[in-house]
Amino acid sequence: MSSFQTTDLNQSNRRKESLVRILLGMVTLTLIIPVGIILVTLIAKSEGTFSWAFFSEFPRNSMTEGGIFPALVGTLWLVAVALLASVPFGVAAAIYLSEYAEDTALTRAINLAIINLAGVPSIVHALFGVGAFVLFFEFGTSILAASLTMAVMTLPVVIVATRESLQAVPQPFREACWNMGATRWQTIWRIVLPNSISGILTGVILEVSRTVGETAPIMFTGAALFLPFLPTSVYDQTMAMSLHLYVISTQVPDVPEGLPYGVALTLIAIVMILNSVSIGFRTYLRGKKKW
Amino acid sequence: MVKPATQVKKLEVRDLSIRYGDEIALHSADFDVYENEIFGIIGPANSGKTSFLRAINRMNEMTPGMNVTGMVKFDGIDVKSWRDVYALRSRIGVVFPLPVGLPLSIYDNVALSPRLSGVKSKSELDDIVERCLTRAALFDEVKDRLDSLGSLLSGGQQQRLTIARALSQSPELLLLDEFSIAVDPVTTMRIEDVLKELKKEVTIVLVSNLVAQARRLADRTAFFLGGELVEVGETEELFRGNVQDSRTTDYLEGRFG
Ligand SMILES: Nc1ncnc2c1ncn2[C@@H]1O[C@H](COP(=O)(O)OP(=O)(O)O)[C@@H](O)[C@H]1O
Ligand SMILES: [Mg+2]
Repeated sequence: MSSFQTTDLNQSNRRKESLVRILLGMVTLTLIIPVGIILVTLIAKSEGTFSWAFFSEFPRNSMTEGGIFPALVGTLWLVAVALLASVPFGVAAAIYLSEYAEDTALTRAINLAIINLAGVPSIVHALFGVGAFVLFFEFGTSILAASLTMAVMTLPVVIVATRESLQAVPQPFREACWNMGATRWQTIWRIVLPNSISGILTGVILEVSRTVGETAPIMFTGAALFLPFLPTSVYDQTMAMSLHLYVISTQVPDVPEGLPYGVALTLIAIVMILNSVSIGFRTYLRGKKKW
Repeated sequence: MVKPATQVKKLEVRDLSIRYGDEIALHSADFDVYENEIFGIIGPANSGKTSFLRAINRMNEMTPGMNVTGMVKFDGIDVKSWRDVYALRSRIGVVFPLPVGLPLSIYDNVALSPRLSGVKSKSELDDIVERCLTRAALFDEVKDRLDSLGSLLSGGQQQRLTIARALSQSPELLLLDEFSIAVDPVTTMRIEDVLKELKKEVTIVLVSNLVAQARRLADRTAFFLGGELVEVGETEELFRGNVQDSRTTDYLEGRFG
């Protein structure tokens, strides 16, 4: 028999192959079905909610009418202050861990701690935030306390994303710089950072989109159910999108049915826009590969 | 073979040993390198050649686990006692086996070292870039695209860019580590011509994977074998069979390695 003829074994292998392919495909499909359903439901049920006033007005009549303006502004405040705190610290720590630290027991312990910190549930971070920022540092329930709580929570993500971008820069580039008499910092500043900045930004944006939706860490530390004015400094409390959604869905009676769906869809839209920007960055970065 | 023009010692290697943990990469080496000579180092892989180069400009301090004892004197001063290691390194140009075009423009690759040492004037930088690229026999090929990325040049061009970058340091000593390993034969020949010309001004230590290359270029040659400095001699004498250790002839004639 020629080896090109189809054998029984060959046929059975091919049958198995298509079976596996169909099975895996079906599993994947089941996974995206919920996402699809969520989006379709949100869009269908929030019909009629959106108008310019929805985005630009304060809630009225015990939050059963009006818009989400202060919640949108509050979320911006929270995310901006959280970023201001977590990015410098996170990037600095990542640079230290990737470019300076020697491989000692201490460094390994720190790396382990970072991984574990990423796994701490957000409600635990919230309680930590209350203890540390609200009470101990006496920031009270404020944007500052809430943002710092979010910053601590997202720090591990920033550190890991940054460290990975730094380490994607090939070692021979560093060696070449050191050999010509560059210090570590000169090498980082002129070669390593310019070639990892887009990766770092991508990580940061992903982190932001995660932060936008978090409720637990801001609930007890600085977000208010309702405020008739916008925050004017980081020591003020603020409304926030995620908490607003929670409140109008569960705590307030007689909310029109479309409203919570509209808020939820806005929240998801913000996350999706941020993610698209981040993916756009990454694509741009791949297109400009420098080595 | 003509003797080197001077007998001024550029490098004095004394009882130099290099270890990685318990493993010994170079065992108690003693020799000198003279000013304005090309000093060849040959030997099979893992003989300690690269490790020796790294000990000269104290790159061992950037290599975890690498431990150097004994000394290397550069211009009569133990490199370990140089207070400013960055100044030491900037006086020594290094070329690696695999060409390293930094992810900068061709211009910025060559201007990097002068900039690090504080040169700001555009015309001065222009001069340095043109001069170094010309001396590395690369200028004509890239003069119309100095703004394009150095890391995207061909291997042979990147290796000449690396040499131009090393020259931009105005080095007194040039260390080349198997520079032709990833370079086509034509480029190799061009770089060899460049080196013969450069030797008038700088001292060159040339680690070579090609015995014939050492013969073409080196005034004197050292033979490293498994961390042992087997011998040092006038290159031509060694090739004539005038050796102290028969292993040298065996290696030169390709009987092992
Ligand atoms: N960074 C390192 N860590 C541990 N061992 C090393 C390192 N670099 C080199 N060695 C070891 O030192 C010995 C000499 O290596 P090297 O100096 O690179 O030799 P050559 O350049 O002659 O091939 C080898 O046995 C090699 O395995
Ligand atoms: Mg080597």
